[in-house]
Amino acid sequence: MAGGGWFARWPVIRQLRGQDGRGDAARSARTDALRPRVEEADSVARSVCPYCAVGCGQLVYVKDGKVSQIEGDPDSPISRGRLCPKGSASKQLVTHAGRQTAVLYRRPYGTEWEPLDLDTAMDMIADRVLRTRRDTWQQEHEGRVVRRTLGIASLGGATLDNEENYLMKKLYTALGAIQVENQARI
Amino acid sequence: MAECHPVGFQWVVEARARGAKVFHVDPRYTRTSALADRYTQIRAGSDIVLLGALINHVLSNELDFREYVLAYTNASTIVSEDYRDTEDLDGLFSGFDHETRSYDPASWSYEGAPEEAAAGERAEQVEGGRAHARTAGPDQYGAGGAAALPRPAADPTLRHPRCVYQILKRHFARYTAETVEELCGVSREDFAELAEAITANSGRERTTTWVYSVGWTQHTVGVQYIRTASILQLLLGNIGRPGGGILALRGHASIQGSTDIPTLFNILPGYLPMPHAHRNETLDDYLARAGGDTGFWGRKRAYMVSLLKAWWGDAATEENGFRFDHLPRLTGDHGHYNTVMGQIDGTVKGYFVVGENPAVGSSGGRAQRFGLANLDWLVVRDLALVETATFWKDGPELETGEMRTEEIGTEVFFLPAASHVEKEGTFTNTQRLLQWREKALDPPGDCRSDLWFYYHLGRLIRERVTSEERDLPLRELTWDYPEEGEHREPSASAVLREIGGVGADGQALSAYTELEPDGSTRCGCWIYCGVYADEVNQAARRRPGREQNPEALEWGWAWPANRRILYNRASADPEGRPWSERKAYMYWDEERGEWAGPDVPDFEKNKRPDYRPPENAAAEDALSGIDPFIMQTDGKGWLFAPAGLSDGPLPAHYEPFESPVRNSLYGQQCNPGLRTYPRPESPYNPERSPRFPYVLTTYRLTEHHTAGAMSRPLAYLAELQPELFCEMSPTLAADLGLANGDWATIVTSRTAIEARVLVTERVRPLRIQGRVVHQIGLPYHWGWGSGGLVTGDVTNDLLPIALDPNVYIQESKATTCDVRPGRRPRGGDLLAMMEEYRHG
Ligand code: SF4
Repeated sequence: MAGGGWFARWPVIRQLRGQDGRGDAARSARTDALRPRVEEADSVARSVCPYCAVGCGQLVYVKDGKVSQIEGDPDSPISRGRLCPKGSASKQLVTHAGRQTAVLYRRPYGTEWEPLDLDTAMDMIADRVLRTRRDTWQQEHEGRVVRRTLGIASLGGATLDNEENYLMKKLYTALGAIQVENQARI
Repeated sequence: MAECHPVGFQWVVEARARGAKVFHVDPRYTRTSALADRYTQIRAGSDIVLLGALINHVLSNELDFREYVLAYTNASTIVSEDYRDTEDLDGLFSGFDHETRSYDPASWSYEGAPEEAAAGERAEQVEGGRAHARTAGPDQYGAGGAAALPRPAADPTLRHPRCVYQILKRHFARYTAETVEELCGVSREDFAELAEAITANSGRERTTTWVYSVGWTQHTVGVQYIRTASILQLLLGNIGRPGGGILALRGHASIQGSTDIPTLFNILPGYLPMPHAHRNETLDDYLARAGGDTGFWGRKRAYMVSLLKAWWGDAATEENGFRFDHLPRLTGDHGHYNTVMGQIDGTVKGYFVVGENPAVGSSGGRAQRFGLANLDWLVVRDLALVETATFWKDGPELETGEMRTEEIGTEVFFLPAASHVEKEGTFTNTQRLLQWREKALDPPGDCRSDLWFYYHLGRLIRERVTSEERDLPLRELTWDYPEEGEHREPSASAVLREIGGVGADGQALSAYTELEPDGSTRCGCWIYCGVYADEVNQAARRRPGREQNPEALEWGWAWPANRRILYNRASADPEGRPWSERKAYMYWDEERGEWAGPDVPDFEKNKRPDYRPPENAAAEDALSGIDPFIMQTDGKGWLFAPAGLSDGPLPAHYEPFESPVRNSLYGQQCNPGLRTYPRPESPYNPERSPRFPYVLTTYRLTEHHTAGAMSRPLAYLAELQPELFCEMSPTLAADLGLANGDWATIVTSRTAIEARVLVTERVRPLRIQGRVVHQIGLPYHWGWGSGGLVTGDVTNDLLPIALDPNVYIQESKATTCDVRPGRRPRGGDLLAMMEEYRHG
């Protein structure tokens, strides 16, 4: 580092004197002491960006049970370490304050959300599926066997994993629910 | 592409640095235009005119890649003398029934398709058009498409007046530089430069690629847009070769996967059609009508039986048709928009919405919300409280007084979802590549993966089933997945292994060619067969790109069989030699007796180029050594589609359903088979109505994602694009008395929304049919909720529910609107203004 007093070593002064502001002249004692967040991570998972279908590789760093950073994966032959604004912001996607982490329930004609236990919610949903299926079951339609219900429908987003779509289609088909749709049509 | 697939665009930039010439055709000037050699502005909804004129340019100047066209396409095939073209019928093809607004495609067939052909095939020819019009057709034949004669009559001189080449020539003759100027607003000079560039850059030594996204598909003629590009690329010899193709840029992380393993009403995994009540009583009926018996689709029995075995295991036997009867039957259109009408009518009572937000994301948002408000119960799973979950509390219809919270009977369950880092599984990206994501940590609180939700829901339902016959498919369903961790998360790798398939010995299979029709193999999605080959999760492979060749075969796994370029047999000439040194890819290695090259051959590895099929050969054996399109019954690229489409064997330009322009090419204004829902919840702008004079197109921004639930709550992204805006030209802004930053109200028959005006040269007035037509552009990421840090009106509320007749996609890229200065009226005043627009 250049000699001189603290003032002369002040990065702004060095940059004003014509040194390159992106190089050495940007350094200070404080920046020298900084360590990248990723260095201190407890673990790193190899992941894929959840936004568009380019499928950029992501490295997800975890520290103390929280996502501490998400970066582009330089190994990916698709993205070579790059992420666009959405991919770069995806740490906020998983940590933002607006994320809901509790089940909510709105009873018919209710004016407010109510809390509900997850297991209870699952039981209630299973009961409703079977009730609606029973009430709307079509064994035949125009003289042909159809074995289905038109009372239950589903619409999925295209950030569903293949494994998730597979279980959805399998279960709905066994239930006889046919109005199963996805963002992929839209 | 630079806007919506930014990191993918780095390869375009790199190609350009190496000498590629980049043209950008778009209604708006974007970041893609800024990095292209040429930007061409086009009127939204007119692309078939442009592409058709390029085809005409190729044909009338004989610039096609003749050797490729003769060997690999159906150019020489002779078509039935009953066929009549749009040239003869002023915009219609033969076989149109005005009453049902659908086609009987019998007259489109190849000459010599025997009158008394095999029952199934003939029935399909007869039923094809109508059947599609009812059930999102092309998929009814599965991945292979409709059947055609494997060895039709042909004229290799291409002079027969009824050969495909001559039909094409006549059909596209009226698509000229003049019509491009008149309907697209593209100058003759710009057209000439584009035509010259793509033809000079195709052939033996060079290839040209087309890249598209929903700007081509979200139209009432969306499927035919893609057909037009396919015809052009086949004529130029640009399919199956490096640097060629038509690249579909899909918009979401696994939208390709959601089609391959569909949560779509009309198909089963691997593009097997869902059975139809009236045509598919038994497995044999179904297989007889689900496309042809030659080519790799000829093995469809193996694909279907393996799927049924994966789902119903030991209960599925030869004697009981492998439980084919367990599949529910379709009787018509059961698609998204039809379902919404069913909700409004009260037939659809329960609704699952999983990582989707139709209250903001689907066309005609009002109809969506009226549907939601009329359900018995609704389950919404998402990261944040999306508008679809909260419409009863804060939807726009509360403000207008059309709905009251206390009167909405819908019971709503909101279940928080795990994010992409809190679960493992695969996405399939836009290039058909499956990439496995490792789990970084457990989800917080009640958040769970959708895999967890459906697995446990299935478990709870199966605990409650009775001995009734109706419950048999649930009782016999294979539903035993290992559970992991304290949340009892089902094993995603076990599910992927089931998808990938196992043999009689219970070991993972390596390729779909190993699937058997006798029930000895099980496979949840035949095109994904091999994703767990050698008991290794192939999608999790991560050999760094820099250690591999550009195909990077050891990064993830691409379906089918880890191939990176589909139909790559076409990268070699009929004798199996590369077309040129420069464009060498796959080739026949005579010494080894196999196809070689940097990719996995999309052909039987040891099939010689000089192989010719014996009489009555079946499946792939019926295709010769020069038939690269192995999923087609005749192994050829179809310039002319003798069956399989509901709106014609060739593309024709039709105006958008709502357009300010008269179709000057034909008397037929719009797609004769398009689908609408004329009812109070779904009103339409009259054609060429002076009340709605402007063309409206919608689009996405780099900084936001679809309906916004994954971007509006993020501080960085919300700050980068804080507010809904409406892009318009300085001329239109001056006409309307608007300045940059002012408020404007945009109106269609559906509703009115408000946005800030962005006055910009990026959209320019076009000269169409001798008069000025203005286009405006609206991004559609805003809504009132979703935990958004920024809010705004819902653009999709403006859009019509008008659908393509083949696949039921909505026309969201080209419609009409009015624009007026100032903010929109509130409450009842808005309704009063809408009444005036609709009836005034
Ligand atoms: S980082 Fe950007 S370009 Fe890459 S997948 Fe994510 S959204 Fe797409």
